[in-house]
Amino acid sequence: MPEQPQPERQPYEQSFYPAVPTRFTKMMRTNLLWQFFRFVILNLKMLRMVRKH
Amino acid sequence: MARLVILGGGIAGQTAALHAKKRLGGSHEVVVVTPNSLWNWIPSNIWVGVGLMQPEQVTFPLAPVYKKTGITYYQAKAVSIHPEGDAENPQPFVSVEHTSPEKKGRSEKITYDYLINATGPKLNFDATPGLGPLHHSQSVCTFDHAAHAAKALDELVARMERGEKKTIVIGTGHGTCTCQGAAFEYLFNLEFELRRRKVRHNANLIWISNEQELGDFGIGGMHIQRGGYITHSRIFTESLYTERGIQWITRAHVKEVGKDTILYEDLDGNEKSVQFDFAMLLPPFAGVGIKAFDQQGVDITTTLFAKSGFMLVDGNYEPKPYDQWLPSDWPNTYQNPKYKNIFAVGIAFAPPHAISKPMINPKGTPIFPAPPRTGMPSGVMARQVAFNVTDMMQGKSTAPTRQASLAKMGAACIASAGSNFWSGTAVSMTMYPIVPDFQTYPDTGRMLRYTSAEIGLAGHWIKHLLHFAFIYKAKANPFWRVVPE
Ligand SMILES: Cc1cc2nc3c(=O)[nH]c(=O)nc-3n(C[C@H](O)[C@H](O)[C@H](O)COP(=O)(O)OP(=O)(O)OC[C@H]3O[C@@H](n4cnc5c(N)ncnc54)[C@H](O)[C@@H]3O)c2cc1C
Repeated sequence: MPEQPQPERQPYEQSFYPAVPTRFTKMMRTNLLWQFFRFVILNLKMLRMVRKH
Repeated sequence: MARLVILGGGIAGQTAALHAKKRLGGSHEVVVVTPNSLWNWIPSNIWVGVGLMQPEQVTFPLAPVYKKTGITYYQAKAVSIHPEGDAENPQPFVSVEHTSPEKKGRSEKITYDYLINATGPKLNFDATPGLGPLHHSQSVCTFDHAAHAAKALDELVARMERGEKKTIVIGTGHGTCTCQGAAFEYLFNLEFELRRRKVRHNANLIWISNEQELGDFGIGGMHIQRGGYITHSRIFTESLYTERGIQWITRAHVKEVGKDTILYEDLDGNEKSVQFDFAMLLPPFAGVGIKAFDQQGVDITTTLFAKSGFMLVDGNYEPKPYDQWLPSDWPNTYQNPKYKNIFAVGIAFAPPHAISKPMINPKGTPIFPAPPRTGMPSGVMARQVAFNVTDMMQGKSTAPTRQASLAKMGAACIASAGSNFWSGTAVSMTMYPIVPDFQTYPDTGRMLRYTSAEIGLAGHWIKHLLHFAFIYKAKANPFWRVVPE
């Protein structure tokens, strides 16, 4: 698995201002249980979108 | 027996052809004219461009599919449309030039009763000196461009493995480009791949684009509900760039790509430059340059096509300022107003105006994205037009009855941000409508309930699933109609 990049944030630089995810948020992005649940939800969302036209 | 001719066998053309043939059966003829012998699932070119897929995995030969489905196939490119026929015969026809090795260069007339133009974009690399795989930058717009990019990337990685520091610039190669989403996907897949190959620390990654702000994507960005706030996609996108250590340059019109330097103008009119070792810059799109002639042979190209080369349909093309744009400006049926048996779908139809706000710098250079026509809406409009045309051919109606306006249509878009079954991610976006409607949704232009974005592994699984599902569908395999557009 590739290592997570660490943002290089310097005061007053472009990258200093945006919100960055916490370790927990990042972990949930690849947490299998949570992502399986999101997989189901996202598919339902997309089907709803298809049905809307 | 009537004949429907479809120009272009890409995402929109293939969708239209399969639906039309299914509905018409043997009672009418469906003809596809397309210069390529292979069908390409273009979204997966991103993965070819980073070396994770080979061109054979994103393409298949068209001839067997057309043989199986009973569609007549001309491997040729349309050169001109003659909607009134010619002096000898008033039957409308298309002039085509063959592109297959056996018949290359030979011309032929193909008569039609109905015509659907689904010719997609001309990749207009010539708009920017030095742009494109024939010059100094890479592209992922076609599978062979993507394979070329993957090879160049391998060479770059080999140098980085030897400890050399390299600068990689990804984005749009002109101030009027569209398809920012594709460049975004390439950037994040490349970043992920550099980490996988353990050379990320030697790469300086820079995004350059004509967007006003990050996260515009040619649709003026979108608002989503998140963490107790309604936030713009700019916040979401800037966060991702920062997290992955990528710098960004926005509001840029790339005016020249040299051997190792990109020259650009910004929205204030300043001339700037950025050095690179590897660049993937998308070209602006134009129409493919088909001409049109009336019965006397007089050039009527401007009756059928906008200046951009895209086909005029039932949109409101009256030029007007941004604050007067209306959702109702967008076409509903994609029928040409003068020649009612001609339609255009996918990228081939002329949008009435942009979606992102037009921006022009003090030197008069336009720097804002053209409106995207991505795969899902292209497929939906192709299906609706095919249904309308087949109804008209079968005498069920005399005019189109189904509509597919981008101002009344939602879209789902999955942008890959790294390809791996366990550690990959993708940004999954939904929006409704595609063209913002500030009359109905005054604050954000879109319905918040149906507009969302999130990043995670689930999106990657869906993106992968779509790769197989759409290739399966385009091959007209059993139950292909179950796969939605
Ligand atoms: C790298 C990349 C990634 C993308 N990723 C996504 C994504 O993830 N999701 C998404 O929804 N969209 C994506 N898109 C956009 C999507 O590919 C387009 O929306 C879609 O291809 C448009 O379909 P189309 O049929 O209009 O054009 P195309 O698919 O380009 O098809 C046009 C066809 O017309 C043919 N043609 C050209 N000239 C002629 C002529 N003179 N006569 C006859 N035929 C002609 C071409 O050879 C081609 O076969 C991506 C685009 C790119 C470039």
